[in-house]
Amino acid sequence: MKNMSPDVRRVVSASLTISGAVGVFALSFGVLAVSAGASVAQTCALSLLTFTGASQLSAMAVIGSGGTVGAALGGSLLLAARNGVYGLALAPHFGGSLGRRLITAQFVIDETTAMHMAERDPRLRKIAFWTTAISLYLLWNLGTLLGALVGSALDPERFGLDAAFTAAFVAMLAPHLVRKRARLVAAIGGAICLVTIPVLPIGLPVLLSGVAIFFGIPTKGDES
Amino acid sequence: MSWWLVVGLSLGAYALKAFGFVVIGGRSVPAWLERSLLLIPAALLTALVLKDTFSTGTQLVFDERVVGLGVAGLSAWRGMPLIVTVVLAAAATALVRAL
Repeated sequence: MKNMSPDVRRVVSASLTISGAVGVFALSFGVLAVSAGASVAQTCALSLLTFTGASQLSAMAVIGSGGTVGAALGGSLLLAARNGVYGLALAPHFGGSLGRRLITAQFVIDETTAMHMAERDPRLRKIAFWTTAISLYLLWNLGTLLGALVGSALDPERFGLDAAFTAAFVAMLAPHLVRKRARLVAAIGGAICLVTIPVLPIGLPVLLSGVAIFFGIPTKGDES
Repeated sequence: MSWWLVVGLSLGAYALKAFGFVVIGGRSVPAWLERSLLLIPAALLTALVLKDTFSTGTQLVFDERVVGLGVAGLSAWRGMPLIVTVVLAAAATALVRAL
């Protein structure tokens, strides 16, 4: 990194720091996915192809507790919908051929979007997006593979791995709760889920909690 | 676990990423829709947390897992990295089970 400008060096080291942290998270995803019943190959395929952490983990949580493929898919895809919003925000900054944009689209996730948005200069934005995309993709998949291999050798209940699932969701949830409206939506979503658990098939209460977003639509003259 | 889940999730997640990025790139969706979509994780992640802590199958239960949730909540609230939160919560739950 010696002959980089200070700005580029700053962006690259921020990207690598984020990717390192995500790589460690990938280890836990790998362990949890095999403990939920996925094979090592399926776990790795999810990280290679799906490549959006919260959705991958949510699908495993639903499958692990006995939910159907449909229920697992519904909740996970709802969670992935925010990537569509990121895509809308990023699209004007990425030109090029359709093929190139189709490839770029796979890397539109929380971290790459945040890194891109944090910069003002167009060239730095590109560097921020791509260094994050590439390093994070590599470490996410490497971490997943290692975690899946380790997880195959563990007994989930004994090591409190079921609690690890919950803890990962708590850690992902925390940054969302800084906003008042998100806290309201979270409380309503949680209540919907708990109330419907005894009466609906496994996994559907999680999907249904998405209805809570209708309580988050701002009314006229309301700006928080 | 069925491979259909892997296929469905991968195709669906990619379609969502590409939809915004390629299909309607440059144009925008209404602000209320955009805000609502960004609120989904708050609702769903909370639901996942509560389901994993207070239910087994379709039964509501209250057991050692609540300790893990408490520790995770405290750790996340103190701004600890995700992996620290995960390890602390798993260790606390395993400990309570062993007692």
